[in-house]
Amino acid sequence: MAEFTIKTARCKGCGICVAFCPKQVLEVDELGKVQVVNREACIVCGQCELRCPDYAIFVDKGGATA
Amino acid sequence: MERSFEKYFRQNRLPHMWCPGCGNGIVTKAVIMAIEKAGFSQDNTVIVSGIGCSSRASGYMDFDTLHTAHGRAIPFATGVKMANPDLNVIVLTGDGDCTAIGGNHFIHGCRRNVDLTVVLFNNNIYGMTGGQASPMTPTGKKATTAPYGAIDRPFDACKLAEAAGATYVARSTAFHVQHLADMIKGGLDSHGFSFIEAMCQCPTAFGRNNKMADPAKMMMALRDGVMMKAAWDKLPAEKQAERFPIGVLCQKEYIDYAKAYDTVIEKAGGRA
Amino acid sequence: MSKATLMQGNEAVALGAIEAGVRFFGGYPITPSTEIAEKMAELLPEVGGRFVQMEDEIASVGAVLGASLAGAKALTATSGPGFSLKQELIGYASEAEIPAVIVDVQRVGPATGQPTSPAQGDVMQARWGTHGDHPMIAISPWTVRECFDMGIEAVNLAERFRQPVILLMDEIVGHLRERVELPEKEDIVVYPRRKPKKTREEGYQPYAVGDDLVPDIADFGTGYRIHVTGLIHDETGFPSGSPAVTRKAIDRLHQKIMIAKDEVVKTESLLLDDAEYAVVAFGGTARTAYQAVLDARRKGVKIGMLRLRTIWPFAAEAVYEVARKVKGILVPELNYGQLVGEIERAAKGACPVELLAKYNAEIFTPAEIEEAIMAMVGGNK
Repeated sequence: MAEFTIKTARCKGCGICVAFCPKQVLEVDELGKVQVVNREACIVCGQCELRCPDYAIFVDKGGATA
Repeated sequence: MERSFEKYFRQNRLPHMWCPGCGNGIVTKAVIMAIEKAGFSQDNTVIVSGIGCSSRASGYMDFDTLHTAHGRAIPFATGVKMANPDLNVIVLTGDGDCTAIGGNHFIHGCRRNVDLTVVLFNNNIYGMTGGQASPMTPTGKKATTAPYGAIDRPFDACKLAEAAGATYVARSTAFHVQHLADMIKGGLDSHGFSFIEAMCQCPTAFGRNNKMADPAKMMMALRDGVMMKAAWDKLPAEKQAERFPIGVLCQKEYIDYAKAYDTVIEKAGGRA
Repeated sequence: MSKATLMQGNEAVALGAIEAGVRFFGGYPITPSTEIAEKMAELLPEVGGRFVQMEDEIASVGAVLGASLAGAKALTATSGPGFSLKQELIGYASEAEIPAVIVDVQRVGPATGQPTSPAQGDVMQARWGTHGDHPMIAISPWTVRECFDMGIEAVNLAERFRQPVILLMDEIVGHLRERVELPEKEDIVVYPRRKPKKTREEGYQPYAVGDDLVPDIADFGTGYRIHVTGLIHDETGFPSGSPAVTRKAIDRLHQKIMIAKDEVVKTESLLLDDAEYAVVAFGGTARTAYQAVLDARRKGVKIGMLRLRTIWPFAAEAVYEVARKVKGILVPELNYGQLVGEIERAAKGACPVELLAKYNAEIFTPAEIEEAIMAMVGGNK
């Protein structure tokens, strides 16, 4: 299961991570911050982290359970 | 999990000042990734920048950092390197900073082959001042000072660098983050004037004026507007004009300026 | 004493700078200062320093400031049009507090003017050439020996105050060749580069100051990882938009010089003890003026001369002291009238101040100045 680290203070809600996620795991919430909405679908490809201009989202392979 | 590159950022300066979706943050991270890979010490590396959005990057990086005047980063960096050739010196600049007001300094830095790594954040616009045309705004694109579309021809900064004598020239984009970091790392590993053009998006000042304000869509346009050099080389000329080649565009050996000056010191009978 | 030699003013500046520890020169050729660059190109590699002929005048100062931050004492030299171009980064050096010496060998302006002819028309540019408020130090030699001494002094002042210093020469002194005896090396006092008094762990801040209000900014590459910017910044070196920080920063820039004014501002009083009239002059013009003073004395006029070694900060107190004692001050200068305004202001009406301006690309003759002295004396009878 993917493990996300989100540095909310850094996130500006630009939506780049949402757009490049191949599995629709992420959304920008009404406060303009990224949130994980479908963690089970994450394949830990790292596209979100790679292109985040604000170093706000990090994804790692986590443990087996949620 | 905390990333190892975080230590190269001044944590108390983040979040950075750039607009949501700005490519500068991505390019800055690529620079940091390259520095980490090259194994440069934070105490022995100087980051020099000019003025403009891109040049604010120096303030976020935990090294000796020098935020100079508009266009003047390369002369300052030349002085730093010549006063202490043991320092690694990296210049962060923008398309306006480097090719307009700093254009003369840029070509002469290339000509001398000073051992610097210059990363040009090319967002095709003056962002800090609100979207004026730069020498790298594509012909026909709009800017606040080109409301009917730019009639100027843009510089190809990579060709300029190569023609002026830079010994390492490469290009990549904010979409190709890992590739961009590799291109920068190649510059850090080279001795002499290394130039890397990092094409990146400015959704606020360039995008909004040109009907592409969505940062992710701008990044996809970056992806589609370039091609790896090996493939690009095989295109017919008319097709080549439609895309920019990315990758290492030029690499050659030539003595760097500080080493060349060592021979002067030797001839003068001095001690370096 | 060393052996006497025949030497040019520009050469003497270069020799002085090397003695003061200058190890970097970035420059661009321009008459009548070029000999300084040429001499530095020859001397610097001999002492392990480095010389770079830059692409323009702005780049020259840029390189000098970069070198200075990396630990090298650094100098550049220029004239007229080049001095105009250098102003941008002279302002940067003021704001970022980077030691650097800018030699300006004045020639006739405006614009290209008369490139090989003498003038003293950069007096106000030396003070106010860049935008914004900042203090300035400018010193001006009148002999070849003083070119050497001030080559050292300018570097020392720059290092002591972490401040750009203008060595304000003119074509007369720069191209003058005269017999000179240089001091023994052991008699030369050199101000060392300031070093941080705290470590990073002890909370070092690059722009924090002690009693002398001058920051001990770490050289690059010494492990302090400092940030230097031309933006208004606080003690940390990082920019601040705060009105309070802005005011404090500009205040301190001025105060660091003003609290040490006696250390900086130097004048020379010549034959002033019994003087009823005075000439106030500087640089090459002071040479001619002094001859005129001697000639007038021979004719029975009790006249002396106040020579300004320091042009900026202006020696207002010394001028006022003279103004209080004399019946008139004559100010000969090779321009349309620049320093005279400062002298009038400093005299506070204590005596009349008369301008003798010359701006035809020729130097004064002693007879011209003597004639003006006689006219001033005659007008008062």
